[in-house]
Amino acid sequence: MMDLRELYQDIILDHGRHPRNFRKIEQPTHFAHGYNPLCGDRVTVYLSLDGERIADVAFQGRGCAISTAAASLMTEILRGKTVDEARALFAQFHARVTGGEPAALPEPLAEEAERLEPLTGVKAYPARVKCATLSWHALEAALQGGGATVKTE
Amino acid sequence: MTTASLRSVYPGPGGFDPRQLRREFPIFGNNPGLVFLDSGASAQKPASVIDRVAEYYRTDYANVHRGVYRLSARSTELYEEAREKVRAFLNAADSREIVFVRNTTEAINLVAQSWGPAFLKSGDEVLISVLEHHSNIVPWQLLRDRIGIKLVVTPLDATGGVDLAAFEARLSPRTRLVAITHVANATGAVVPVETIVQLAHQRGAKVIIDGSQAAPRLPVDVQALGCDFYALTGHKVYGPTGIGALYGRYDLLAAMPPWQGGGEMILHVTFDKTEYQHPPHRFEGGTPNIAGAIGLGAAVDFVEELGRDNILDHEEALTGYGVDRLSRIPGLRMLDAGQRRLGILSFDLEGVHPHDVAQVLDQHHVAVRAGHHCAQPLMEWFGLSGTTRASLGVYNDEHDVDRLAEAIEAAREMFCR
Repeated sequence: MMDLRELYQDIILDHGRHPRNFRKIEQPTHFAHGYNPLCGDRVTVYLSLDGERIADVAFQGRGCAISTAAASLMTEILRGKTVDEARALFAQFHARVTGGEPAALPEPLAEEAERLEPLTGVKAYPARVKCATLSWHALEAALQGGGATVKTE
Repeated sequence: MTTASLRSVYPGPGGFDPRQLRREFPIFGNNPGLVFLDSGASAQKPASVIDRVAEYYRTDYANVHRGVYRLSARSTELYEEAREKVRAFLNAADSREIVFVRNTTEAINLVAQSWGPAFLKSGDEVLISVLEHHSNIVPWQLLRDRIGIKLVVTPLDATGGVDLAAFEARLSPRTRLVAITHVANATGAVVPVETIVQLAHQRGAKVIIDGSQAAPRLPVDVQALGCDFYALTGHKVYGPTGIGALYGRYDLLAAMPPWQGGGEMILHVTFDKTEYQHPPHRFEGGTPNIAGAIGLGAAVDFVEELGRDNILDHEEALTGYGVDRLSRIPGLRMLDAGQRRLGILSFDLEGVHPHDVAQVLDQHHVAVRAGHHCAQPLMEWFGLSGTTRASLGVYNDEHDVDRLAEAIEAAREMFCR
């Protein structure tokens, strides 16, 4: 069994305890709720788009250290990105945590994606993959329509 | 060494030594160091149960009922013998009052779908408690949506037990059924079901008891309780998965229509009309889980051999030790469980999500469950999204609880620095 500290790296513990962008955006252009029926975790992702660019992104909710840290890190790397870039980051991250074939990302996106590396420890714990991806699924739902609740099951 | 001597070398509070008893459970030999504290979800199986199922398939297997040949007759006999064992296990008056089902969920659904529409009409009330598992909530919601009954929920008192005064106040002239747990799966609260049955019967309401968590831990006597239905699942009483039992008073079962049509449950079929079997076979359409029933019979033997009063003593002593030990951990709050808690240690660790707790515990080879325990309304009652739950079995001892406590302290160390 791998060392638990590979799952709970310092950066995860830090973001889990002190999540960044943990707030509501009052007039979001897009938002969606994420819900994991397995554990009851909830997250709401708020987006403020300026054309195709993400001007602001924030989240609220309650969850485990991993889902909270994943949402927090997500909001940090998405600010200033385009919608397409956000989707490319999600696709690549999703592949990395589910053991798929991650597509190569162009610089500087690849560098941003590297910031998600501490979350890929969930690969070894299948039950926890959804914790790492819940906020991203909510992001995708927000981009698609908004206001919907996306479930991980 | 015989099992009897193994069990009595260093007797614990139940008159048996859990550490020695563990040798009868192959899972522990195959998973050295495992601290298994998830029996509330499903108990491990003694070799006697595993071997009995295998032996049945090897030597006595054939489909039951109607077979003319000897093997089928023997198989039928074993299947019906298992029913008799479950009858004795619940002290039912007659083995025809025992219907084999897949699990507690199916037992409750059987009553909701057969007894419900036959005896309830729009506006009638089914009374449940806040403590219920989803399997004792959703079947009644389905029935509500189908025939317009009213689902009434009785609250808890300040200690986390069923508030009996509030319960009595909610028994109305329209209350036809009380559906309530015997031991709450998410908190371990023991419900005073004797009193519940008395109060309900005084008002003419029937009572179904969810015995999932109680059957492995308490002596259950359905005649003494006076309940109308009692549901249990085999895999929590050290038996196989996919088998459970519904006890129903014979006059009630006899008045209930079938709920699933098929083979085994009929007396005579023409295209115009079908005459149904009498209980319990009326409710056992199709080839049943024969091996499961026989395995459950072996599990009942195992439990009876240990002694149900002994198991109760063991579980009570260990529950007390657990509450005492865990309560000393800073930031840990046991979920309130009323006046009497049995076999379940459900807690909130301040600042640490239950899934993170369970993850660290797993690293320490301590198996527990985390989340809402299929009791989301109860979690909401306590203002929590979930808890971490350790649940006890006959193979657990104080050392297991100590290992649990040490692992929880490690989780605190990691997340609460």
